[in-house]
Amino acid sequence: MAKRRFIGGEIILKALADQDVDVVFGYPGGVTLPLYDKIGQQNRTKHILVAHEQGAVHAAEGYARSTGKPGVALATSGPGATNTVTGLVDALMDSIPVVCLTGQVVSTLIGNDAFQEADTTGITRPATKHNYLVKSTEDLARVIHEAFYVATHGRPGPVLVDIPKDVILGEGEYVGPEDVLPKSYAPQIKGEKASIEEAVELMASAKRPIIYAGGGVINSGPKASKLLTELVDMTGFPCTLTLMGLGAYPASRPQFLGMPGMHGTLEANMAMYQCDVMVNIGARFDDRVTGKTDAFSPRSKKIHVDIDPSSINKNIAVDVPIIGDCTSVLRDMLRIWKAKNLKTDKPALKKWWAQIGKWQAKDSLGFEQDDGPIKQQYALSRLRELTRGDDVYVTTDVGQHQMWAAQYLHFEEPNRWMTSGGLGTMGYGVPAAMGVQAGHPDSKVVCVTSEGSLLMNIQEMATIAKYGLPVKILNLNNNVLGMIRQWQELFHGNRESECDLSRGPDFLKLAEGFGFVPLSASDPAEVDDAINEMMRIDKPVFLNMAVSRDENVFPMIPAGAAHYDIVLGPNDQRAEVDDDDMMMA
Amino acid sequence: MAPRKKPRKTPTKAQLDAKAEPQEHTFSVLVANEAGVLARVVGLFSGRGYNIDSLTVSEVDEEEHLSKITIVTTGTPMIIEQIRAQLERLVPVRRVADLTVEGPSVSRELALVKVKGRGEKRVESLRIADIFRAHVVDSTNNSFVFEIVGDTGKLDAFIELMQPLGLIDVSRTGVVAIARGAEEM
Ligand SMILES: Cc1ncc(C[n+]2csc(CCOP(=O)(O)OP(=O)(O)O)c2C)c(N)n1
Ligand SMILES: [Mg+2]
Repeated sequence: MAKRRFIGGEIILKALADQDVDVVFGYPGGVTLPLYDKIGQQNRTKHILVAHEQGAVHAAEGYARSTGKPGVALATSGPGATNTVTGLVDALMDSIPVVCLTGQVVSTLIGNDAFQEADTTGITRPATKHNYLVKSTEDLARVIHEAFYVATHGRPGPVLVDIPKDVILGEGEYVGPEDVLPKSYAPQIKGEKASIEEAVELMASAKRPIIYAGGGVINSGPKASKLLTELVDMTGFPCTLTLMGLGAYPASRPQFLGMPGMHGTLEANMAMYQCDVMVNIGARFDDRVTGKTDAFSPRSKKIHVDIDPSSINKNIAVDVPIIGDCTSVLRDMLRIWKAKNLKTDKPALKKWWAQIGKWQAKDSLGFEQDDGPIKQQYALSRLRELTRGDDVYVTTDVGQHQMWAAQYLHFEEPNRWMTSGGLGTMGYGVPAAMGVQAGHPDSKVVCVTSEGSLLMNIQEMATIAKYGLPVKILNLNNNVLGMIRQWQELFHGNRESECDLSRGPDFLKLAEGFGFVPLSASDPAEVDDAINEMMRIDKPVFLNMAVSRDENVFPMIPAGAAHYDIVLGPNDQRAEVDDDDMMMA
Repeated sequence: MAPRKKPRKTPTKAQLDAKAEPQEHTFSVLVANEAGVLARVVGLFSGRGYNIDSLTVSEVDEEEHLSKITIVTTGTPMIIEQIRAQLERLVPVRRVADLTVEGPSVSRELALVKVKGRGEKRVESLRIADIFRAHVVDSTNNSFVFEIVGDTGKLDAFIELMQPLGLIDVSRTGVVAIARGAEEM
């Protein structure tokens, strides 16, 4: 069959349609005008006109993380492309499949410092999993399909396709996704049988095991979370989930120990420290989790499942490396466990749980709400209780509110929690919420933020209102860059420097100006009503909640310290890990 | 040359001696010869703080558009393992071989060495060149350019001997290497 020829702009739209892209977050410019002319004449793919290209990429990330499908962003050359960089690195660090299309000046002008020219592929080379400069319209369809393939296969990530104006205007052949297979990119999906056997036998022999799972389980698809849950339930092992992995195992189950790491629970951190077998599934031994690597879980045998071989033995050398996709490896683990009729060491596990129970009894996330200012912990606990069982997605920004959200909101399912983990990008929350809502028009989407982060991409409130997306923004307004203030208090002699935001703008007026329904609360007694009202209104809502300026996030393991150096509460008390606890190991 | 990367066994903790001294390794990397591929490889090394002791690159398969990059680097076993995994993760990379550990290999480097001098020193430089099987590829009445081929150690030794005899300039290609035996890469 003779292939039909198309104009570049049509090829892009056809390729997006064949990739089943429903929505693109974009912003036009000189070199993409011919593409926008085509976008305007179709309605297969919806285009959301953002306010800033960084917002477009974060929105694409939010869409991708909540739907499991790749997110798509579109920007013009030069400043449009450079504005995407933070979003791309964010997606790279958190392994989020995003395809970013950028316009480029006409091929003959590349290298001439033409108007709005930037070396986009050069700038984004370390910001993407892979990128392409399309040289001819004949290559356009193939490259776009390849970009989707690379973004979504193996460890997911952002892929950028830079398209010169003449390629958009030129004519070329269209090929479908089925005709495109990248020559070299073939990640390993199935884990090696011998290693999986070794892993399950080690698990069966464990006396103090822990399952430590991360974003890789979420990225592998909802099936992986089901299998993880089955594994945890079958073995009776305790389970901890990283910031990226929250929701991969239901938070309400008794075997869930909460999050490990810098602001993790006492029980998760102590269990990581004292375990004899650690089963890492799709997490990456990030420094915020390990703390000081020399002192990280010194007596455990470690199993590590990851689709990316470069994640294994990077920070922590492991005893049983397994390269493969979490779904496939978890399925094999369960199958081999059953086939071998393996049994756990029940008496040992009972002792282990008794020990864990002692740590849990310290209630490291305990707090007391007095009649003073609203505590963020209280606000978020109430949000959790008042939305229990509802169809809710949550995004956050970065700072104290993010850590409290991770600690106090509980996720029962994967893909419900979107936060900037690896890069820690303030300004992520609002545009990400927009992307989530675009992917789930009938669900409730809450962005938990604080005024510092909010001001970084506040312009996307205009986009949210313009498209009538009923996003709920909960601004935990502490009048300060709270996380900065906390570190200055704890590690820099309690001297505040350049973190005060108390003379900030009138957020309620801003919200109203953007077209949000403004709500406010400042007394603990108002919290429930305000949250209920926010959740009830089927429009963009902005709840400005005046909260404590002085609260600190605890527990806290200072950067570079060991797990047993965990600080539990405001009086800088150590966890008092007694000698008995240490002897056990 | 078959295009797919072979899966390979990831080493375990027991195989990665955490206390081992950094060691020199020679990697042979087969890549699709497309724009920016060298920048990706070099950017990987600079971005992650790995050493490059020597780097060479040239097209080796015109039909398939494949180039081979030979990189000599130094690192602890964990770093060397990371370098390998990071290289294999690049989309245009087809094959990575660590020639230092994967059986015997040969490596060669070529240098052009310019020596300026008259009289006794000039004669001495020619005599040493002869011992090292270096050829004269250019001469004036007070200079020579020698061409010498060999492994890095031989070139280093030759250049050191030329130092007192009027060495004024050196150009080296960097190392190219290949596995011994009948196997393809
Ligand atoms: C783009 C960016 N710039 C700087 C930082 C460093 N940083 C981390 S948390 C934080 C303070 C965040 O303040 P706010 O958004 O008000 O949240 P809070 O801690 O008060 O909850 C800053 C400045 C960052 N993470 N991202
Ligand atoms: Mg704040």
